[in-house]
Amino acid sequence: MSTVFLALQTNEDTRPIIEAILQDNPHAVCDEQPAMVKINAEGKLVVRRETIEELLGRDYDLQELQVNMITMSGNLDQTDDEMILFWKN
Amino acid sequence: MDMQVAKKKLGLKERYAVMTRGLDWTPSYQKMEDIYPYIAYEGIKIHDWDKWEDPFRLTMDAYWKYQAEKERKLYSVLDAYTQGNGHLNVTDARYLNTVKLFLSGISPLEYVAHRGFAHAGRQFPGPGPRVACLMQSVDEIRHAQTQVHAVSNYNKYYNGMHDFHHAHDRVWFLSVPKSFFDDAITAGPFEFMVSIGFSFEYVLTNLLFVPFVSGAAYNGDMAAMTFGFSAQSDEARHMTLGLEVIKFILEQDPDNVPIVQRWINKWTWRGYRVLTLVAMMMDYMLPKRTMSWKESWEIYFEENGGALFKDLARYGITMPKCAEHIALEKDHLSHQAWSTFYNYAAASNFHTWMPDEDEMDWLASKYPNSFDKHYRPRYEFWREQAAKGNRFYNKTLPMLCQTCQIPMIFTEPGDPTKICYREVDYKGDKYHFCSDHCKEIFEYEPEKYVQAWLPVHQIYQGNCFPEGTDPTVEGFDPLAAVLKYYHLENGRDNLDFEGSEDQKNFAEWRGQATKNI
Amino acid sequence: MAVAAVTKYEFEPKDKLENFHGNQLLYIGWEDHLLFCAPFAFPFPPTMRFGDIIDNVLPGAFGYHPDFAKIDWSEAYWFKSGKPWTPDFDKSLADNGLKHKDVIRFHTPGLHGIKDSCN
Repeated sequence: MSTVFLALQTNEDTRPIIEAILQDNPHAVCDEQPAMVKINAEGKLVVRRETIEELLGRDYDLQELQVNMITMSGNLDQTDDEMILFWKN
Repeated sequence: MDMQVAKKKLGLKERYAVMTRGLDWTPSYQKMEDIYPYIAYEGIKIHDWDKWEDPFRLTMDAYWKYQAEKERKLYSVLDAYTQGNGHLNVTDARYLNTVKLFLSGISPLEYVAHRGFAHAGRQFPGPGPRVACLMQSVDEIRHAQTQVHAVSNYNKYYNGMHDFHHAHDRVWFLSVPKSFFDDAITAGPFEFMVSIGFSFEYVLTNLLFVPFVSGAAYNGDMAAMTFGFSAQSDEARHMTLGLEVIKFILEQDPDNVPIVQRWINKWTWRGYRVLTLVAMMMDYMLPKRTMSWKESWEIYFEENGGALFKDLARYGITMPKCAEHIALEKDHLSHQAWSTFYNYAAASNFHTWMPDEDEMDWLASKYPNSFDKHYRPRYEFWREQAAKGNRFYNKTLPMLCQTCQIPMIFTEPGDPTKICYREVDYKGDKYHFCSDHCKEIFEYEPEKYVQAWLPVHQIYQGNCFPEGTDPTVEGFDPLAAVLKYYHLENGRDNLDFEGSEDQKNFAEWRGQATKNI
Repeated sequence: MAVAAVTKYEFEPKDKLENFHGNQLLYIGWEDHLLFCAPFAFPFPPTMRFGDIIDNVLPGAFGYHPDFAKIDWSEAYWFKSGKPWTPDFDKSLADNGLKHKDVIRFHTPGLHGIKDSCN
């Protein structure tokens, strides 16, 4: 199985988002680097809008992630509710 | 950020479909092939343009909203950095040479990418890719502008950045990144998308931006870190599109597979050769290192690229065979590159220097198989000579590779003591190459590469002196004339860091910033 | 292969002999001395005596290296395009069969750079 990853800037916008991602993906590993956080996960990583909204206490549009994303790896599929990164084999 | 989320009437998928489909009409008095004249000649077959989908499903209205937010964030940081004399907080004035290299080598490519995506977007008959290319084209010009704005603050204080675009079109080593992009934008729209969209953005861009940006963060350069991250947030979208491009083309027709494979082979190698500059930046130019070039290659290419090509195997695409050659070079690339710039420091727009004892130990620990054996003796000799006032400045011009335009500095795969020479006879002339891969690229399209503007040959043809120069007068100094043509001032913009005006000014200004005098 | 193009694709090579004002290019590399990062490129008239390169040009290009003064040119052996080759020092470049953009390298027995590290 290959690793997918998502890297986000380290700031107050992303803190609850990172927390939500780690909560929803118990297999994910968080790698803290200067000014950025890289979340690695075997095979698949799911970012869920609802979990972020719970932690943020407000409505959240997953496209807001555009502002703080640094890089990623894997195939992507985004809907209103989820952003999924995955490898097919 | 606290954005109001408007209640939407349509879901993301529907909204994307409405905003990117059915926007075209069928022409009645012009032929399709006259409107899209470049779409067939590369041999790529597309049957259904609507199968192209941006997986972010970003539409233009959302695009403007998020890009505006990024710009607001970026420029407030830049203002604060400038107002706080942030340039005096970088680790060491040597760091600034990284910024010079980036501004003259990379930022002009952002501008060319802007043109390239505008052109490719115009040529594609499907509205999906047209919207995607439009966004990327606007992103790229934003990157060029924000980089110039961020670095302009440094230009007020330090040398070598004053005419970066003029330099990009002329200075010998800058022909390497310039010709790389010229090669891409003069290809057809599909090859352009595979070269820049996939091979560069998806496979290699992490190696450019992530080390550069975290290097900036490590070295106290908040301006570069911020424009870097701001640009990088667009890269994530570009990478995703790059991968979608490949999947889309491959799924459209099995005849596309061998064409795409050849492009991936070519552009992975071309891009890797350009990254030689990044390799030496990481291992030599950042006073505080983040990770070695070799480590970063292993994470971002071997591991991540490995996963990618495993994923693409279902289409019949394989890892480019240059990957084996690159694996043999990873212990040597940065050292051979830095030695080259140390050789030719008299003709460059940034300073070079010899690593100190601690830095040599760091290099030895990161490169246990190569550094002490092959590179330390060279550096120790240069350092001893410099201490005696005999700093090495190579004034004889080097032989270049016809394809990548890098001097012939690379050694035989597996033998770091022998320069790798390859040559081809074509229509009565000889052409020389640094590697089997650059040679193969030439052999496939010789008519393209015989036009290469090789800086060394151009100097010898007399094309790199200021207008009105007479190279036949007695005592003619070609290097001085070439520096004038580059708009570089001898003794100020070039030569060793030790003793440079940058070094002196930085020390003095930092002293003023930390003491009451 | 031909370049895929929408129309005829033929261009003059940028580095044809006529562009060098009577000179031809010669590339010269010194084996086992990577302190010089790459082989050198020189523009020479084809009538130039080969020995004049050794006497008048190479000292300026390679003289920085402490091994250079120790070279015994009668011992050195040469390669042209990677194959063994013997120049006649008294003949011109043209009479030595050297053409535009030829590449030659020389090997100096016993001299292997700084501390024998090929540098």
